[in-house]
Amino acid sequence: MVLNPGLGMEYHWQALPPDWPGNFWWHWLAFSVIILAFVLGLVMGFIWLERRGIGRFQIRLGPNRTGPFGLLQPIADAVKVLLKENIVPAAADKIVHWLAPLVAFVPTLMIFAVVPFQDGALLADLNVGVLYIVAISSISTVGIFMAGWSSSNKYSLLAAMRDVATVVSYEIPVVLSLAGVVLLAGSLSLNQIVMAQDIPFILLQPLAFLLFFIAASAEINRTPFDLLEADSELVAGFHIEYSGMKFALFYLTEYAEALAVSAIIATLFLGGWRGPVLPPWLWFVGKVVAVFSVMFWIRSTLPRVRIDQLMALAWKFLLPLALINLVVTAVQVLAWPEASLWAMVPVNVAIMAALVVTWSRLLKLGGGRVEV
Amino acid sequence: MGLGIAFWALAVISVGAALTVVFLRDVFRAALALVLCFLTVAGIFITLSADFLAAAQVLIYVGAISILIIMTIMLTRGVRQGSPSGKLRVPALFTALLFFAAAAFAVLNTPWQIAGAPPQEPTTAALAGRLFGEGGFILAVEIAAVLLLAIILGAIVLVREK
Repeated sequence: MVLNPGLGMEYHWQALPPDWPGNFWWHWLAFSVIILAFVLGLVMGFIWLERRGIGRFQIRLGPNRTGPFGLLQPIADAVKVLLKENIVPAAADKIVHWLAPLVAFVPTLMIFAVVPFQDGALLADLNVGVLYIVAISSISTVGIFMAGWSSSNKYSLLAAMRDVATVVSYEIPVVLSLAGVVLLAGSLSLNQIVMAQDIPFILLQPLAFLLFFIAASAEINRTPFDLLEADSELVAGFHIEYSGMKFALFYLTEYAEALAVSAIIATLFLGGWRGPVLPPWLWFVGKVVAVFSVMFWIRSTLPRVRIDQLMALAWKFLLPLALINLVVTAVQVLAWPEASLWAMVPVNVAIMAALVVTWSRLLKLGGGRVEV
Repeated sequence: MGLGIAFWALAVISVGAALTVVFLRDVFRAALALVLCFLTVAGIFITLSADFLAAAQVLIYVGAISILIIMTIMLTRGVRQGSPSGKLRVPALFTALLFFAAAAFAVLNTPWQIAGAPPQEPTTAALAGRLFGEGGFILAVEIAAVLLLAIILGAIVLVREK
């Protein structure tokens, strides 16, 4: 994982020209196809990996009947769900009900436009890349909202309300922890940030990594924070009234969001496509799968939090630590000597450990009492 | 050419969405049309090479403000009927027309200056220089921050029981 520029092994791979295979339109077409294939392929892989992995965690087998090791299970599921009848409730707001899955899915797909697969291999190297990701991903929430409202179902409406509470709270630690990375790299472009990682930022910004991982998992409603579709309370949350292909789109969105967060973490904290010997895109995919594996490991380990615990975690734990991290990083960027960058690693890990330990001692999450 | 097409498409959608916001009875759909309007404004920022502003527009207006608006709507009764017009219909029309006339007069009579210089690339550094650099608007930024802090504190004081 540690990238040593002194070895000189990772620069074998040439940077792609910005309009790689030819002109603007070919570039656009090629990368649209690549992104679609990447997202759909990896989402199917993730669904298989997660179901098999969680099966293992729970000491059972998981799906193993369709194809070798159950590898064809996601395809069978996809075919099944596409052939299902599409039911729209009589009291639903039809147009909004129809539009909601699209509004949720399209922004998630758009995130991948700025994620570099190898040097220069990305749809658009925006120089506001990180800001673009934060902005575009916030549109998905509107889609979930539309789904929750237009279904005319109290459970889906409750889920939508919980989603607002989560997104509004967790947006702040996400942005603040990304600000630390941007300060270190000195650029908002994802490709530039990867180039700046002679030392992966997970080592230089361990606290930001931790905060971003927690807050991003909460924002995409991965399991310890999946209040939005808490099966035992809300049946299935915002997509309870969806069936057939529209439900499939929501399911796809959920995993595409997990894929997006994994890709962003791999790019911003783990050095993106950089790595010795192997081709860069393979490093990138490997890191994405590694991050996702940690995500479903967490899912199979931790129970779901309560809504008050969710809010308290955002405002009393993540937000102050993110602010402290930002100040510490700013001071380090100004004052730390450029030559001894490696010495920053133990210092920052120590700062993280001290802060996390003291803060979790101070933090009280209601202790089982809920006062409204 | 391409820019012209993009501008006109965005402008038409934006004005259409704004009119939809005003004319729709269903408040929830009106809020969604407002989201569309915000998005097209971000698109217009992109055609003006203001990429940072476009991203900030989406982040703040679509991601935060419209979500707060929708949340408020969810706490409202009779969303599908909207609010029926009351006695103030005529004064409201008069005020709106007056405001429209004033705005149209101001827009038509301003000598708009068109810069000959090509747009700056990237815009982020230039914006930061204007806001935080020497001779910039650092005082205004700080005052805005203090003002927002005061508003947040005020809101907490107002809603806190006892």
